[in-house]
Amino acid sequence: MDVIIESLPIYWDGFLRTLFLAAVSGIIALVTGTILAAMRVSPVKALRGFSMAFVEIARNTPLTIVFFFCAIVLPRLGVRFDQFEVAAIIALSGYTSAFVAEAVRSGVNSVPVGQAEAARSIGLTFGQVLNLVVLPQALRTVVPPLINILIALVKNSSVAGAFFVLELFGHARQLANDHGDAVMQVLAGTAVFYLLMTVPLGILAHRVEKKVAIAR
Amino acid sequence: MTSVLYDVPGPKARRVSLTGSAIGIVLIAAVLGWAVWTLAQQGIFEGERWEVFAIPDVWSLLAQGLGATLSAAAVAAAIAFPLGLALSLLRISAVPAIRIPTQVVLEFLRGMPVVLMMLFVLLVFATNTFTAVVVGLVLYNSAIFAEIIRAGIQSLPKGQREAGLAIGLTSFQSRMAIELPQAIRRMLPSLVAQLVVLLKDTSLGYIVAYEELLRKVQIMADFLGPDFLFPVFFVAAAIYIAINVSVSRLAIWIERRGSKKAAGGVVHVPAAGVPAETGEEKGA
Repeated sequence: MDVIIESLPIYWDGFLRTLFLAAVSGIIALVTGTILAAMRVSPVKALRGFSMAFVEIARNTPLTIVFFFCAIVLPRLGVRFDQFEVAAIIALSGYTSAFVAEAVRSGVNSVPVGQAEAARSIGLTFGQVLNLVVLPQALRTVVPPLINILIALVKNSSVAGAFFVLELFGHARQLANDHGDAVMQVLAGTAVFYLLMTVPLGILAHRVEKKVAIAR
Repeated sequence: MTSVLYDVPGPKARRVSLTGSAIGIVLIAAVLGWAVWTLAQQGIFEGERWEVFAIPDVWSLLAQGLGATLSAAAVAAAIAFPLGLALSLLRISAVPAIRIPTQVVLEFLRGMPVVLMMLFVLLVFATNTFTAVVVGLVLYNSAIFAEIIRAGIQSLPKGQREAGLAIGLTSFQSRMAIELPQAIRRMLPSLVAQLVVLLKDTSLGYIVAYEELLRKVQIMADFLGPDFLFPVFFVAAAIYIAINVSVSRLAIWIERRGSKKAAGGVVHVPAAGVPAETGEEKGA
């Protein structure tokens, strides 16, 4: 126990950095993911194809590979980052945006056909149909899966710890190294900090799911 | 499904779409071209960089890495599935003393980063890296499998269980003989999709120094020199993606087949903690 209390400032630092990574990449992923989903349902073939290819590849690539690319391969190719956090954010948001795109797209699919037809029959354009009628309804069904994606994002940010970013997992590795006799306590402490983020989000997802669910 | 959002394009819309496509292609090509040009500046496309693949050892190392990746995934899946099945039964047990602790354990396992569990097993139990990777994957994925199967069982019509109990089956017999076969069938696409996640997560073994595909890439790059990092990485990433895409396709195929055949079709209940891996391409 002493180790945990002693290292609380370190944990706290890691906790904040994990939150920071997750928040920034989460926001970027939400925006790019929604754009990708819009491209995916758009009438322009090239955009559709690009979005489809990107989502298919990103969803089937292990996150570790994405991180390896951003943090180790890119610098070798001359793309250098001042801070490894930038590489981590690029990796996390790129990876997560594909899942966001899929979630938003299936939300668009869940909106009854009649809604879009009605919107179109009163003369709205594609952009208007999407922005005014379909997306606002789709977002309701999409919120619970999105929260689950955010939970996954918080957990996924732990991979950054292996690529030179001292977030919660990175600090845990170092602490475990420094306190060889109390590894279990150190890692259990880390687990608690992760649960502090994921469990409330999980409860939130459950609540929202019940509240937002619309009978269709 | 896309056609719902806009009318069948007329001549004008087709022209607009065509122009849009052209501009889009030009933009995408420009970005790709820039990337390729940057790579070329680094000498990536010089033949000698790629000559490493003429060395048989490179391929045998890649094959070893792939073997390590696949064997960890196979062992983990083979253990995680029955374990998840058992957990799902405990999770919906009528006895609160069994149900509630199981729920807590599942919630805990799903809220943990897999890599943290791997590191925990590796350091606390001083196991070899293979065991650490497998145990980490088993702990996490059995919890997800349990949730998927539970969702499947609970999606069944109530009458199934009632009928089972009415003809004198015990609760356990009804679960095993009536509910589980249907639930697993319904959830097959989600279960296969979770296999992709499991396969992807084996790459976390890199972090705990398990010699899987990515670690082999690192080892080779260290040995051959930084110039060869990109070619080797490129090939390894392509292998990973090719395997995952095929398994994903399998999931979609099962889903399509299932929705045609099975009476109740397949259900999509995204398990918490898993990004919406399920039900893609539904109406595409």
